[in-house]
Amino acid sequence: MSQDLTERTAAELLPLLARGDVSAEALTDQFLQAIRQRDPKVRAFLHVDEAAAREQARAVDRKRKQGKQLGPLAGVPVAVKDVLCTKGQPTTCGSKMLQNFKPPYDAHVITRLRQADAVLIGKTNLDEFAMGSSTENSAYQTTCNPWDLTRIPGGSSGGSAAAVAASEAPLALGTDTGGSIRQPASLCGVVGLKPSYGRVSRFGLVAFASSLDQVGPFAHDVTDAALLLETIAGHDPRDSTSVDKAVPAYSLTVNDPVRPLTIGVAREYFGDGLDAEVEQAVRAALKVYEGLGATVRAVSLPHSAHAVATYYLVATAEASSNLARYDGVHYGHRSSGHGSLIDMYQRSRGEGFGPEVKRRIMLGTYALSSGYKDAYYLKALQVRRLIRDDFDRAFATCDVVMGPTAPTPAFKIGEKSADPLAMYLSDIYTISCNLAGIAGVSVPCGFTKVGLPIGLQILGAPFEEEKLLRIARMYEKATDWHTRRARV
Amino acid sequence: MSLSAEEVAWVAHLARLELTADELATLTRQLSSIVDYVAQLQQVDTEGVEPLAHALTVHNVFRDDEPTPSLPVDEALANAPDRRTNAKGEAFYGVPAVLD
Repeated sequence: MSQDLTERTAAELLPLLARGDVSAEALTDQFLQAIRQRDPKVRAFLHVDEAAAREQARAVDRKRKQGKQLGPLAGVPVAVKDVLCTKGQPTTCGSKMLQNFKPPYDAHVITRLRQADAVLIGKTNLDEFAMGSSTENSAYQTTCNPWDLTRIPGGSSGGSAAAVAASEAPLALGTDTGGSIRQPASLCGVVGLKPSYGRVSRFGLVAFASSLDQVGPFAHDVTDAALLLETIAGHDPRDSTSVDKAVPAYSLTVNDPVRPLTIGVAREYFGDGLDAEVEQAVRAALKVYEGLGATVRAVSLPHSAHAVATYYLVATAEASSNLARYDGVHYGHRSSGHGSLIDMYQRSRGEGFGPEVKRRIMLGTYALSSGYKDAYYLKALQVRRLIRDDFDRAFATCDVVMGPTAPTPAFKIGEKSADPLAMYLSDIYTISCNLAGIAGVSVPCGFTKVGLPIGLQILGAPFEEEKLLRIARMYEKATDWHTRRARV
Repeated sequence: MSLSAEEVAWVAHLARLELTADELATLTRQLSSIVDYVAQLQQVDTEGVEPLAHALTVHNVFRDDEPTPSLPVDEALANAPDRRTNAKGEAFYGVPAVLD
């Protein structure tokens, strides 16, 4: 088959592969060629090992030929954010600190992908250690938005979002600590889902903020996101925070509408700083749901105004502790300067980390330091409880809460890089979800006049991903935004 | 609230981060404005609110104490910046002298 299949979804590709209309190797070749053609402009990938990808594809073809049982993603290429450990392959976290690091084991989600017979096609760019909202904090490159190459793709999982949006991979994995899957999904016009805290094992995910981090899927549409989520979700004894709860077959129920459906709309998500075109698109999406019989009701999330402040204390405090492991001893960069052990630590870290990572380590260390811990860190944990209570109250009367994923469409490269606070505020609608541990998905819901994608955020109660996906799919069936593809 | 360069230098010491003079000046300015921003939390009434450190109720997870294979030494040391071997041929991590 010589037809270009790179714009297809995984659900469309799987039957072609199963019937033998295309081999896994030929399909992988198409995506590798797409990467060679388009990625010099998009810069979504940090590492692509063509030979290794082809070998995985050939192994799938061999298994199929021999009549062996194949996994649910057999032959489908998946891109992976370069913060997830892949055995023997570079895992840089977008940092000079880990420039030469090759993990001795696979992350749990990578093991799951291999068991599913997916083809790991490459590692994608990110803000250093997943800290940022634009990929501009990567030590290696800035990824460009496939819809407008002068703009950022969002972050921190900007490489994964852009890889799917540019049809360089049909599926990708990202991680979300404060919006790092949903915000780039919104800005790149793809679907991105952050599972409930504990739904997916964090084993082998290089830690940023351990009480907030989750791994989740990127896809062209909700059906594919469901398929990838069910592949990676579930208990893993190596992460004691991964919950031992059955994983529903999301892909089998995703087409079942939720009726009756009550949608909560928080006025706090429609305040100052919200772009007029984004607001219009989100309100139009709510009308679509009303047309499908849903009831839309006002809810209040009064503490969401404090979510960004709370997050930048909790996340940085945890990061300052997690990133203490980079000491120039076990792995990672070591300064070539001479001196005491302490000098070696300080120089290695000073040389290895970029500006945003240093800023967050500093803020977190300050917030945990003697004399300030109660005023900052503990206070933030109390406000975190109030943010969670707000959601519990909302979900007592609504199935989901909807609003914009990001306050604006994709901004220009360089526009916010000199002002850390302005950058932090681009996560204003996504951050509370992580603090509360609930689930959230961003689905494409329109384009601005100049053609930039807009995302609708749907937030659901903990471990209600099945309902969340079904509700997202209801909108998708009634609209065609998810069928548009960026032409790079 | 404004942070002084001395305070920021002390925090950098606690974090074991070497900063250039330029970085120290930039971070002093930026951290001051971020600390001003997060100070908004002081307005929230949190009297009697239990801090939430974790979204899930975290409890101890026990498993049977059974030996399982661990990472071979060679693989564990493969990424070491200063990998050394003693007279018996055993590999270890090298660090600057801690004792004189």
